[in-house]
Amino acid sequence: MTYFQNAKTVLKSLFSRPSTLMYPAKPAKKMALSRGHVTIDPAKCIACRSCQRKCPAQAIVVDVKEKTWEIDRFRCVICASCIEACPTKCLAMDPQYPESTTARGGLYKVTVAGPKKKEPVAAVEGAAKPAEKKE
Amino acid sequence: MGKQVTVPFGPQHPVLPEPIHLDLVLEDETVVDAIPSIGYVHRGLEKLVEKREYPEYIYVAERICGICSYIHSNTYAECIEEIMHIEVPERAKYLRTIWSEYSRLHSHLLWLGLFADGMGFESVFMNAWRLREHILDDMEATTGGRVIQGVCKVGGVRRDIAPEKLDEMLKGLRGMERELHDLTDVFLNDASVVHRLRGAGVLKTEDAYYLGAVGPTARASGVPIDIRQTGYNAYGKINFTPVVESSGDSYARCAVRAKELYTSIDIIEQCIKKIPDGPVDVKVTGAPDGEYFARAEQPRGEVVHYIKGNGKRNLVRHRVRTPTFTNIPPLVTLLKGCQLADVPIIVLSIDPCVGCAER
Ligand code: SF4
Ligand code: SF4
Repeated sequence: MTYFQNAKTVLKSLFSRPSTLMYPAKPAKKMALSRGHVTIDPAKCIACRSCQRKCPAQAIVVDVKEKTWEIDRFRCVICASCIEACPTKCLAMDPQYPESTTARGGLYKVTVAGPKKKEPVAAVEGAAKPAEKKE
Repeated sequence: MGKQVTVPFGPQHPVLPEPIHLDLVLEDETVVDAIPSIGYVHRGLEKLVEKREYPEYIYVAERICGICSYIHSNTYAECIEEIMHIEVPERAKYLRTIWSEYSRLHSHLLWLGLFADGMGFESVFMNAWRLREHILDDMEATTGGRVIQGVCKVGGVRRDIAPEKLDEMLKGLRGMERELHDLTDVFLNDASVVHRLRGAGVLKTEDAYYLGAVGPTARASGVPIDIRQTGYNAYGKINFTPVVESSGDSYARCAVRAKELYTSIDIIEQCIKKIPDGPVDVKVTGAPDGEYFARAEQPRGEVVHYIKGNGKRNLVRHRVRTPTFTNIPPLVTLLKGCQLADVPIIVLSIDPCVGCAER
């Protein structure tokens, strides 16, 4: 049983570099997998609303008519399930945290490409069906 | 005998990281009774099952507690898998075991730091948290989250760990072990720490058993219960013996946690050596119909998740019994007859995590 059991570690830390980070001066280290905030590539989004349905926090609102995609960053719990659900892979996770805001808000709204126009092929198929029935 | 006075302790107090209130009935300096009251941070998470579908609810289950978050999601997933007869791939089971042990390491280091802080050992507190940072870094590199991992899902896990990364993690842990020895030496051998902890709040073996103590609190009193031995996840294929101490005082509870750090490292090493190749998840369709009761060993003790589904996407009932909640009756027994100055040490020694006690 001894006193000053911790003295060795204390002395060692006295003469070694600090293990803390000068945070605002040096950016926090982020890994490739870190979840910071959700980003969207509006050109690829087809407004299918998969992300809205999968979001456990109901942070995403997709308006199909207006062709907008909106995220409430204060609601988002950064779980990345919208990213896995997106069929066109237009959502991605940025490892850095979003910029801080000073006021309540955090809504981020973008206009997206929206659903693809109906292909003329579909109309032809529809017309062909009754013809098949007649036979 | 002086007259009795009641001293309120908490809900916010420097040694309590979370809000719990204790009414301490004192006679002179001796505590004759302690009346706990909880309910300051109740969030109604169990009611949320009616609003969230079962695959999404795992994120809610994970947020029951900020420290053992991973194990909550694991236990919840285990319940659903058991009801729906989903066979989880072997690799996923091993990965789950590795992450469970990582979260035990980070929780125990966090607690050792807080405990040192409660005793006034600031430098030990800093050192414990410095070591914990390496664990959190590894967690972030493999799962994407430092505290809320969000990596477990019904049917497996969402991310795989590459073999090189596994080796690197093992090397990191081995490198850390020497520093861990220096740290745990302070808790186990430093004369002032031992003097402070020996004999503070003794829980006898029978009391621990009858009051239903779980986890390190029970094991420090000589009750050898460790739910990991039931062999959920991949624990059935791993050799380990639970750390059991017999004296039942705060020193024993501290020693159990300090020694469990090495058990955890050992389990991770065995997992990394034995992990098979293969997929990490299976596709899940349908909805759970039935009920199940899953148990798991959290850093603080046994957690129980009970789930009832009726074949719809939303569950009917989700009930969690968390280790801190179970350890409150032993805590009250521990406090009776102790000195007022020992109260912070004794309260901290059961590792209270009030966030999970109240859901
Ligand atoms: S990360 Fe999760 S919480 Fe955030 S928008 Fe996507 S699904 Fe919703
Ligand atoms: S972001 Fe992806 S999932 Fe969401 S509406 Fe657009 S295409 Fe669909």
